[in-house]
Amino acid sequence: MGLLDKLKSLLFGKEAVREGKQDAKPGAKPADEAIVEKPVEQPVAAKPAEDKVEQVEQKHIIQKPKEEKPVADKITVGHVHMSGCTGCLVSLADNYEGLLTILDKYADLVYCLTLADVRHIPEMDVALVEGSVCINDECSMEEILETRERAKIVVALGGCACYGNTTRFCRGGQQNQPQHEGFVPIGDLIKVDVYIPACAPTPQQIRNVCLMAYLLLKGNDEQKALATAYLTPLMNLAAAGTEACGCDLMTEVINQGLCMGCGSCAAACTVRAITMQYGKPQVERDLCIKCGACYAQCPRSFFSFDVCGQYESITELIGEVMKP
Amino acid sequence: MSEYLGEYKAVYKAKSACGDILGKAQDGGIVTSMFAYALEAGIIDGAIVAGPGAEPYKPEPMIATTIEELLAARGTKYSISPNMSLIKEATRSYGLDKIGIVGTPCQIQAVRKAQLYPIGLRDVPDKIALAIGIFCMENFPYQGLYQMVEDHCATKIDNVTKMDIGKGKFTVYTERGAHAEIPLKVTHKYEQPACHVCLDYVANMADISTGSVGTPDGWSTVMVRSKAGEAAFQKAVDAGWIVAESMDGVKPGLELVEKLAKTKIDNNRAYLEHRKHEGTLLKPLRSPYI
Repeated sequence: MGLLDKLKSLLFGKEAVREGKQDAKPGAKPADEAIVEKPVEQPVAAKPAEDKVEQVEQKHIIQKPKEEKPVADKITVGHVHMSGCTGCLVSLADNYEGLLTILDKYADLVYCLTLADVRHIPEMDVALVEGSVCINDECSMEEILETRERAKIVVALGGCACYGNTTRFCRGGQQNQPQHEGFVPIGDLIKVDVYIPACAPTPQQIRNVCLMAYLLLKGNDEQKALATAYLTPLMNLAAAGTEACGCDLMTEVINQGLCMGCGSCAAACTVRAITMQYGKPQVERDLCIKCGACYAQCPRSFFSFDVCGQYESITELIGEVMKP
Repeated sequence: MSEYLGEYKAVYKAKSACGDILGKAQDGGIVTSMFAYALEAGIIDGAIVAGPGAEPYKPEPMIATTIEELLAARGTKYSISPNMSLIKEATRSYGLDKIGIVGTPCQIQAVRKAQLYPIGLRDVPDKIALAIGIFCMENFPYQGLYQMVEDHCATKIDNVTKMDIGKGKFTVYTERGAHAEIPLKVTHKYEQPACHVCLDYVANMADISTGSVGTPDGWSTVMVRSKAGEAAFQKAVDAGWIVAESMDGVKPGLELVEKLAKTKIDNNRAYLEHRKHEGTLLKPLRSPYI
């Protein structure tokens, strides 16, 4: 699997891949390791055990300095908190040790009111924006514009930022800011690049987008192609608009003759508003909170053979790069 | 690797080695045997299968955690069982860490999308241990199936003991030994419309795919596709749950599978193209594929 090896070499740094090959066949070696390998080429049938120890030690010495390289290549990520419940951020944190791996190897968290001591929105590669924007609050209006100016990629994180979600039902009159009654998804105010719908978005989906953003910004052409293919449907969702509802299953899937009754929507629904009746989703529309998860999860909303056909190698890759 | 059959590591003519399973199985009893073995061996904690529903031959997805429950779900029901609807519930109420799931090709596509884009499926992606796909030309909404049996076959659906599609016919068998059959042509109008945009016949993204096409009666064609599928199938054969033989020289063999796959996929590609109605409609009908 050539693509997989290349991805590994980028994500682990070169030494990890070399180490694998070194274990497998001690013959062909890159020039800079030739000196280390010399003992292996000597006829040493008498004392194989000692040689093995020596080899391990030497390998250790040459690897050390190279470990720093992937760290220097990290992307910068910020979490911008608009009118949301912090559930999306909790979901990011629910990657548990995976979050530490991401922060160790792939991304620096440069802005996050909850987790990082930075007061003003800095320049960053990826802004994860949680929550919709209260248009009655000047500070929020300024900050969402600043976010667009200072971030290369703006990701709408979660149902509120993408589609309004529960904030669609706000109508003001609540303490301690009863005048705050107008809330809009961030896509109504600024251009958004990627959507991660659902309430809350899942830790695994956030992780995948972070890793793919890393490949998109730091990868070679092939890796950029994979990341682009992966992110394209989420970019298409962002381009498609700021309204979502369980009704989308009717208007965009069933009405279009595309629903084959798999039930993904019912499984994805956070509030159990969807049941499957005679092989089609039945949406209890009063329960729907307009998070957009059902439609985005539907295999007939978008489906990429290129990406999903590689599920085995991509899943393995994610598993390996998320090792601490 | 084939354009129509997808990537696979090996293909076998196989059937269950267990008489209890074969008794009411559709063909070779592969799905039931694989899950039964996987449950016994700890490869899965439970499996989402098409169980019996409230109405005859109306499948209802269920989570089987015992072999008895698996046996209750044997046999093909030619209607829609939304197995994916339980995929999150299986990890929650049932607390499964290793899930088996059986599905039509479109449902297996949903499984893989769920693993790579788990938008509303928290903690599900790494818990799918064995996805078995079944060959599928088309499916029928329950009301369509009901009409085919009750109206066209003039048979009360409560009395049906088995339904089968093969050799160009839809056949129903009843308790008293009578059977009725109609040409498949008659059934086309009852097909689920969404089946006509499907570009997969043999569940190209399953760990293991299986179906009756290609092998003699009582046997199934089994395509082993992923590492997980290969390991599980090999162990099931070694443990004596499944009898697997080479496909070499088997008639009608893979050629027939490939021919049917080509027919389905080419037709549906043409239909997807037709849905654009280029130059005539205000906007094309939507295509899910990007």
